[in-house]
Amino acid sequence: MYSQGLIGADSSTTESEEFLAAFQARIDREEKIEPNDPMPEGYRRTLVRQIGQHAHSEIVGMLPEGNWITRAPSLRRKIALLAKVQDEGGHGLYLYSAAETLGVSREQMTEELLSGKAKYSSIFNYPTPTWADIGAIGWLVDGAAIMNQIPLCRCSFGPYARAMIRVCKEESFHQRQGYEIMMTLARGSEEQKQMAQEALNRWWWPSLMMFGPSDTDSTNSDQSMKWKIKRFSNDELRQKFITATVPQAEYLGLTVPDPDLKWNEETKLYDHGEIDWSEFKAVVSGNGQMNRDRIRDRNQAWDDGAWVREAALANARKRADNQHIAREAAE
Amino acid sequence: MTDRHDLTPLWEVFIRPRNGLHHRHVGSLHAADSALALQAARDVYTRRGEGNSIWVCRSADIAASDPSFAEANFEPADDKIYRHPTFYDIPDEVGHM
Repeated sequence: MYSQGLIGADSSTTESEEFLAAFQARIDREEKIEPNDPMPEGYRRTLVRQIGQHAHSEIVGMLPEGNWITRAPSLRRKIALLAKVQDEGGHGLYLYSAAETLGVSREQMTEELLSGKAKYSSIFNYPTPTWADIGAIGWLVDGAAIMNQIPLCRCSFGPYARAMIRVCKEESFHQRQGYEIMMTLARGSEEQKQMAQEALNRWWWPSLMMFGPSDTDSTNSDQSMKWKIKRFSNDELRQKFITATVPQAEYLGLTVPDPDLKWNEETKLYDHGEIDWSEFKAVVSGNGQMNRDRIRDRNQAWDDGAWVREAALANARKRADNQHIAREAAE
Repeated sequence: MTDRHDLTPLWEVFIRPRNGLHHRHVGSLHAADSALALQAARDVYTRRGEGNSIWVCRSADIAASDPSFAEANFEPADDKIYRHPTFYDIPDEVGHM
C-alpha cells in the first residue's frame, strides 16, 4: 500500500552512450524490462532501492494498525482490520520477490530493515492513539498510496509492475473501510466527531508528505521519469490527491487543517499551504515519534520467530537426508 | 546474519484459477520445504479465491533460455508464414476450411 517518493537513490551509471541509448529506446517504445535483460547499473540500483523501500513500508505498515486489532470496536471492524493487515504483509512479500529478481537477497533486505539502514515510508513513524486513527489511515494513507501506486502498474520494470497490479487490485477495499470508519464517527456523538476531526488533523500533513519532496528539491525524479519507473512528479500526484480528498472531508463535515487551502478556478485544483519539510526530514532521518519503536518491534518479531525458521529448516534437511538414504537403499 | 547453509530456499508458485485452465505462474516465495511452500502460497497468493490448485517448485530447478539468444531462438518463427493457414489461397467457392 505504501510507496513514497524514493528516498536518496543514486541513479548515476557508467555504461557507454551506445548502451544507454539502446536501453532508452526500448523504454521509449514502452517495452517492459525483465530481470535478465541488459540494463544500466543505475536503473538496477534505483529499482532495488525503491522496491526495497516499498516492501519495507508494507511490512512496517502492519504495526500502526496492528496496534488496534485487539481493541477494534466490533467483530465486523476486527475481521476487516485483520484482513487489511494481512494484505499489507502479502504486499510486502510480492515486493520483496520483485526486488529479488534484481539480484538482491531477501536476507540482505531483511538485515537492512532490522539494522535501521533501510528507509521506509515516513508515515509509519506516527502513532495511532485512537480508533479514529485507523479510519484516517485507511482513508488518507491508503488513499495517498493508491494515487502513487496506480501509475506504478505501468512501471517499465516488469516484475514491479506486475506486483503493483496485484497490490492495487487488493487495495481498494482498504481505503473504503477507512472512510467508512470515519463516516460512522462523523455521524456519531459530538465526542466521536471530535475524535474523527483530531485524527484528520494528525494525518493530513504526514499524508501529503508521503508523496516525497517537492519537485524543486527532488533529486531522483528526472532520471526515474526518463526511465519510466515513475510517470508523474511528486507534486502532480500530491495535487491530485488533495483535489480528490477535500470533497470527501467536506462530505464528512470535517475540516482539513490547512487555513491556506483554496480552490483555484483556473487550474481546477486546490492550492495548499506550505508543507513543513523540516518535519519530513526529521522523520526520514530517524527522529519521528515512533522510529525506534517500529524497528524494535520488527527486531523482536524476527527474533521471536527464529526458532520457527530454524525448526523448519532442520526438518527440511532431515527429510531430504531420509529420502537420500531411502533412494540409496532402493538402488 | 545468516550463512549460505541457513538460507531459506526460493520457490516459484503456479495457480490454476479453475478446472479446465492451466496452472499459471503468479510469483515466488521463500520456504524451508514443499509443504511449507504450499501453505505459504495459499496465504500469500489465494486470499480472494484466485484458484483451486497450487503447484510449487524450487526456483533453482528451473532451467531458463538465455535472453541473449532470444533472437536466434525465436525470430526464425517470424518468417515462416507458411505455418499459418492464411498463407494458402483457397477460392471462396470451396467454403469454410
